[in-house]
Amino acid sequence: MRVPLPWLREFCDPPLDVAQIEERLTMTGTKVEAIHRQGAPSAENFVVGRVLSAEKHPDADRLKVCTVDLGEEQPATIVCGAPNVEAGQTVAVARPGAVMPDGTKLGSAKLRGIVSEGMILSASELDLEPAGESSAGIMVLDDMTPDAEFAAGAPLAEVLPVSSEVLELEITPNRPDCLGIYGVARELHAATGAALAPAPWVEDAGVPGDPPGVRVRVECPDLCPRFTARVFEDVTVAPSPLWLRARLLAAGQRPINNVVDITNYAMLLSGQPLHAFDLDRVAGGELVVRRAGEGEQVQTLDGQTRTLDAEMVVIEDGAGPTSIAGVMGGARSEVEAGTTRVLLEVATWNGPNIHRTSWALGLRSEASSRFEKGLQPEQCMHAQALATTLMLELCGARIVPGTIDIGGDGPPLQTLRLRERRVEAILGVPVALGRQAEILRALDLVNAPAADGLDVTVPALRREDVTREIDLIEEVARVDGVERLPATLPARRGAAGRLTHAQRVQRAAEDAIVGRGLREIVGWSFADPGLLDRLRLPEEHPLRSVVMVENPLSEDQAMMRPTLLGSLLDAARHNVSRGLPDVAIFESGGVYRARIGDDAPGDSPAQEHHALGALLCGGLGPRSWRGERPEADFFTAKALLGGMLERFKVAWEVRAAAPERWPFLHPGRSAEVLAGDGAGEPALLGFLGEVHPLVAGQWDVPRTAVFAVDLAKLASAVPEGTTFEAFGAFPVLRQDIAVTLPESVPAREVTDAVRQAGGGTLDTVEIFDVYSGEQVGEGRRSLALALAFRSLEGTLTDEDVAPVRERIVAELERIGGELRG
Amino acid sequence: MTERIEQLRGEAEAAISSAADTATLEELRVRYLGRKAELPRLLREVASLPAEQRAAVGKAANQARQALEALIEARGGELSGAELQAQLGEDRIDVTLPGAPPQPIGGLHVLSATRRELEDIFLGLGFTVMEGPEIETVHYNFDALNHGPTHPARARTDTFYVAEETVLRTHTSPMQVRAMEQHPPPLYIVIPGRVYRRDLDATHTPQFHQIEGLAVDEDITLADLKGTLLHFARAVFGDQRDVRLRPHFFPFTEPSVEVDVSCFNCSGKGYLPDGSRCHLCKGEGWLEILGAGEVDPNVYSHVATTDANAPGYDPEKVQGFAWGLGVERIAMLKHGIPDLRLMYENDLRFLEQC
Repeated sequence: MRVPLPWLREFCDPPLDVAQIEERLTMTGTKVEAIHRQGAPSAENFVVGRVLSAEKHPDADRLKVCTVDLGEEQPATIVCGAPNVEAGQTVAVARPGAVMPDGTKLGSAKLRGIVSEGMILSASELDLEPAGESSAGIMVLDDMTPDAEFAAGAPLAEVLPVSSEVLELEITPNRPDCLGIYGVARELHAATGAALAPAPWVEDAGVPGDPPGVRVRVECPDLCPRFTARVFEDVTVAPSPLWLRARLLAAGQRPINNVVDITNYAMLLSGQPLHAFDLDRVAGGELVVRRAGEGEQVQTLDGQTRTLDAEMVVIEDGAGPTSIAGVMGGARSEVEAGTTRVLLEVATWNGPNIHRTSWALGLRSEASSRFEKGLQPEQCMHAQALATTLMLELCGARIVPGTIDIGGDGPPLQTLRLRERRVEAILGVPVALGRQAEILRALDLVNAPAADGLDVTVPALRREDVTREIDLIEEVARVDGVERLPATLPARRGAAGRLTHAQRVQRAAEDAIVGRGLREIVGWSFADPGLLDRLRLPEEHPLRSVVMVENPLSEDQAMMRPTLLGSLLDAARHNVSRGLPDVAIFESGGVYRARIGDDAPGDSPAQEHHALGALLCGGLGPRSWRGERPEADFFTAKALLGGMLERFKVAWEVRAAAPERWPFLHPGRSAEVLAGDGAGEPALLGFLGEVHPLVAGQWDVPRTAVFAVDLAKLASAVPEGTTFEAFGAFPVLRQDIAVTLPESVPAREVTDAVRQAGGGTLDTVEIFDVYSGEQVGEGRRSLALALAFRSLEGTLTDEDVAPVRERIVAELERIGGELRG
Repeated sequence: MTERIEQLRGEAEAAISSAADTATLEELRVRYLGRKAELPRLLREVASLPAEQRAAVGKAANQARQALEALIEARGGELSGAELQAQLGEDRIDVTLPGAPPQPIGGLHVLSATRRELEDIFLGLGFTVMEGPEIETVHYNFDALNHGPTHPARARTDTFYVAEETVLRTHTSPMQVRAMEQHPPPLYIVIPGRVYRRDLDATHTPQFHQIEGLAVDEDITLADLKGTLLHFARAVFGDQRDVRLRPHFFPFTEPSVEVDVSCFNCSGKGYLPDGSRCHLCKGEGWLEILGAGEVDPNVYSHVATTDANAPGYDPEKVQGFAWGLGVERIAMLKHGIPDLRLMYENDLRFLEQC
């Protein structure tokens, strides 16, 4: 909200400069977001002048050479182009040295041979009128304020708002009472202790009772708690005086005509919107407030036709709806140049209802943005009193005695107990009871001593915001100054301060991957629904049970990702297409699926789990001068996965997966990843494989290997602690054997067989070479196995392990193996 | 006999002294001192000499052998030293060539690194870390957090909906009530996580990350909030930092505050040593980092505990504070990242800087 500082100072004028005022308001909860300046940067060199003579310029038809008394011994010579300048006028003058609102600094200028020592000003040159609406010629001060006495040479700022600061305030949604200047003045009063002028609506020229000739009916009092109206006759619609126009401009409102300007002025001051009807164009002289019909149409002031529903409220006359209540008036009964009879409506509308209407119609106005925050019925009469005074003063109007008032004041005022010790309990420091009372009083929270604190009566304007003791504590805290609180630490009883097992597993998994040279990415949780097709997922595939966003920012963000694969491929494509072909990345983040089956109370509405996925494409690591580097493929990804899982002492394995299980993976190079604690069935953690060439093609990436695992399942499989195992004092006996086998026998089966036969003596078995070719025969391959034997009892010899080795060889032969030389 | 010994000794000494390398030296050792060499044979045969010759011959042979051994030892030392020097010279490499094989350097994303840094600070203060669902009910996201039925954040223009009563959580705050339903007081937790709002420009992305803090005990005050956040601000931005609480409004805290940290770029002065305005805090001297406050009593009333005997959250008996901070904002401030959208582009040239 824009608050011109001179206007604010009319009601509360602390001896502080604008920076100090900014600091006080900001530190008590009314944040000053910016300080603007309306008009010139400074009032210096702007003075009142009296035109002594105005003669035609000898060399220019449209210019006049004026002598102007600026209160000095010698009058100044000023060349002026305005057609309306005449001797005897009192005018506004900018002298050389003055800085104009647009920033140009005025000097003495030679105009067609005559030196002009200044400039006689028009209203728009001082930003007192909207740009482009320049009225013809200079301002004649005598005409604008007929009763004033002007001394030539007096500072112009005494007469006109040459330069005003405008505060732009953030009004928090709990404070609709601060949507008016006077509300802000009260805040400034509480924040600085400077005196607060009486409310400008205390004196009211209106009287109660129904005025003759106009009727109002409210059919939906639930949505319209109060409706008031006054009638003015003999109204002369004209431009507003300069001071009013200037003030509206400074507050960000465009001047229209005196009647409309008065409604805006009263709104800016009180926070309460008003609406003026041309009473002669209110058909039948009757207004009805009712719910709209479903599909009913209204033409609003902006010329648009709006279609309403039954939860919206219209004001109608004998010819049908004229306004959408609380949101925007209608074109039909708008006040215009010829209007002479005005009905001034000030009403209270149901905030949530206005909020709904305004959002549903996509129509926001100064009025709706105030009403939706919840104004109080008492504010109606504030606005009526303000507007009445100005209607009589500025429009030559006569008030028809009486005020229509349907609904009246709001509910009775509430009294709350504020316990003195409770203030200290919440803040951590005591605030003296007297200080509490003083702060509350400054905020119009009238209070009286009570047994354990204060009894505080909440004024109507704070009715919605202040309903509990804690609300009063907040008032005390913010005005007393939360910036003055000491910095203490809480007791932290029973605070443990440690990560859970699952959180430690997550960090360790991420660190293991980072340690192997991968960069973490952070992808979007949103995905394009087309992702499912690009991943070649058939209709019934489980990953298709996704969570859809009903109101996405764009269609390609309409789905919550069911897998990390899309994010990883997107990031790979981004980098490959930018000339960074070697990509080794991972993501640790959420994936989302629709919940299937019944919800337990307190459950999250969808299935979410934290996944860790990695992607490799191109070469692994930088190129080297000392040899080839590996390229990303199934086995490099498997090694990476193994490097991570073995960090956890978890029993894990991969098994060839059915091709339809993960259709986005290469059918011959994909596997499921399982892990367990060694006892019982291992859990399925996720998948490992090369991306299907058709899928890689969709993302324009070369051969790409990926894996993704569910970290929660990994954490369950990982033991929480490890126990030391004795490794014995005796050396390991190593033997290598080479065996040829049919290619159809998986390596895993071979090592399992060896382990089985090796029993406790066999410590480890590793495959260190794989060979297929003529020497081993068609359809067979040779595996070289490194065996390590170990005993806790003593040093083993070849003779000791011979029987074990025989069992191993026999077992290998059983699965089709044949020992090589 | 002794003449022969002297002759042998002289001959051998000359040969050893002029040996050019350790291999030649070894040959000479075998020739003069080996099992079949003459000198050792003479020594072995001393016993068979007449008694009057034994002493003199034995002594001379022994002396000759010892002298030759010492000479070989000395000469060997010289020669092997020289040969090692030569070998080391030949071994010289270009130490400025890259290491091999080159080790790829990995790294966490700046958001993860920042999140962990913040988690660790609060772990050090005794807080534990909790996570919660990102797809959340309107109940936990708004209702239980005292948002009125018309609160603008509920609008479909501001919040993503996946069903009538289900949203993508707009903050990490829904975990406040969930956590209180799961654990009796006292409670000291931080809740990191991803949140969503319908915004997209240079300073807003539709997803971002927050860390919620919640401390509820018998006597936790607004001053305790200030102390906790002061500790945090100094840990993140430096020991000289100060924090400032500024009154504000949030539906689920009361009193509510916004928290500013003194600007680390200009030490809170608002201008730099050259007199120019600080671009980071825009001359304010303070940087807004988060919103916070004492938990509103209405929030406690939404804590549904299934166990009727649980102590529960009675606002007359417990009180505490909560905050919500943006991880992106902290990361951008700390690292001078100019555009939020860089965080989600995943360009390796960005990721490699973290």
